[in-house]
Amino acid sequence: MDGKPLVSIVSAGLSKFGKHEGIYARELFAEAVKEAFDRCPRLEPKRDIKAMFIGHMGEAYEHQGHTGAATADWAGLLNIPATRTEAACASSGAALRSGIYAVLSGLADVVMVGGVEKMTHRTTAEVTEYLAMASDYPFEQWHGITFPGLYALMATAHMHKYGTTEAQMAEVAVKNHHHGTLNPKAHMQKDITLETALASRPVATPLKLYDCSLITDGASCLILTTPELAKRFTNQPVHITGTGQASDTIGLYERESLTSLQAAKLAAKTAYKMAAVTPKDIDVAEVHDCFTIAEIIAYEDLDFCQTGKGGKLLETGETRLDGRLPVNTSGGLKAKGHPVGATGTAQAYEIYLQMTEQADRRQVKNAKIGLTHNVGGSGATATVHIYRRDQS
Amino acid sequence: MTEATFTIDQFYKYLAQGKLMAGKCMHCGKIHLPPRPLCDRCFHQEFSWLEIAGKGKLVTYTIIHVAPEQFQAMAPYAVGIVQLENGLKLPGMIASTTQLRIGMELTIDFTTCTASQPWPQWPRYCFKPL
Repeated sequence: MDGKPLVSIVSAGLSKFGKHEGIYARELFAEAVKEAFDRCPRLEPKRDIKAMFIGHMGEAYEHQGHTGAATADWAGLLNIPATRTEAACASSGAALRSGIYAVLSGLADVVMVGGVEKMTHRTTAEVTEYLAMASDYPFEQWHGITFPGLYALMATAHMHKYGTTEAQMAEVAVKNHHHGTLNPKAHMQKDITLETALASRPVATPLKLYDCSLITDGASCLILTTPELAKRFTNQPVHITGTGQASDTIGLYERESLTSLQAAKLAAKTAYKMAAVTPKDIDVAEVHDCFTIAEIIAYEDLDFCQTGKGGKLLETGETRLDGRLPVNTSGGLKAKGHPVGATGTAQAYEIYLQMTEQADRRQVKNAKIGLTHNVGGSGATATVHIYRRDQS
Repeated sequence: MTEATFTIDQFYKYLAQGKLMAGKCMHCGKIHLPPRPLCDRCFHQEFSWLEIAGKGKLVTYTIIHVAPEQFQAMAPYAVGIVQLENGLKLPGMIASTTQLRIGMELTIDFTTCTASQPWPQWPRYCFKPL
């Protein structure tokens, strides 16, 4: 609990994010796996990898559950123990956390964690319905409350309480779309204007089309091991020094606050303490911008700014690539895309690139400490992880 | 123990009778809406039913334009979270999409829908501006 590495990332892989026609989830996962294996020639997958945890949210998309075994097989990793973790959009944040449990327990010294979701072959109405399954059925879904609807309820409350504006939310989209133009794996690689974002059609007021993350196909994975073994596999490990995960009520309506996510605050507090860092020490962060308001709330929950000042922080430009604390350099869920089960470890992939100077045109100079913030549903699960560049 | 179990299903059975019912823990006094079979504060399992007044204030709202398939015919429609007595909150549809504002007074409307599916056979309520 003093900032020492808990585990180390020795490799990472990410599929292209976007629309993959005629591809099944486990096939897409293999694309991410191949990159991770190629990146780490000293790793002998069949010999070294002892267990796998994979985030996958929905059986409904492909009529396919039991994703742990299926993806392990397609990754060439039969017969290791392979388990699917499900925590809605935080499914692979939870997979990462499970991998850390496994390595720290000593039961498995090298572990693959990852996530996958194949979504674009379904209609928007179907995806809307499947995503809503991450919310409370008897009181939210049953009454027609959608997933954007839940974040819209938070946005309305945040605007009323703190004066946050639709323009500030749209600026999140403009920023993250710009970052997306610098990421060849992003689903959308196109700049947008504030006017376009503000004029887009309503989804759940005040949220408009450009306030929503993308329906995307994608997969991601990381190879974790102990800090001691890491150098056997790579000269450039990235250490995870803090992990936090917390839960909250499944129903948004049961919570005291509708303008912050308590699970995220708790997860952040735990992770900061474990890593022995403060929010001021963070050089680059990937936060869960499933909707633009969610990035503004994330700034506040992660103590990047005071409660209620998230919109103002955005306006200062400090969270842009050229700012003091770049947030969502990958393009975020907004532009890189949000294949829900893949998102948590895709965020970690971006931080891995940043910590190893492989982020190319979006590299944050001298980034030494990174953070990921992955939220499930309307905040019933949150995971926060803190990363550190190897200094040896 | 009383006659009816403290479940979401029972909550909806009362709702079909025009009653908004919460479960009150007989040990620590915590009021649960919806009712639940295990008190999350003191872990006791004895409850009594408590009728909650259906009037409250709007805490937040949104107008949903992109709806799941089964609600598409109704879109755009408003949903919100309503603050009731005893600090309890309940989400639901609001019967109007215009002139909504935080703090406005609403009352619950027990609109029973006919079940067209084997599960769940729950009625739907909505909130109406006062």
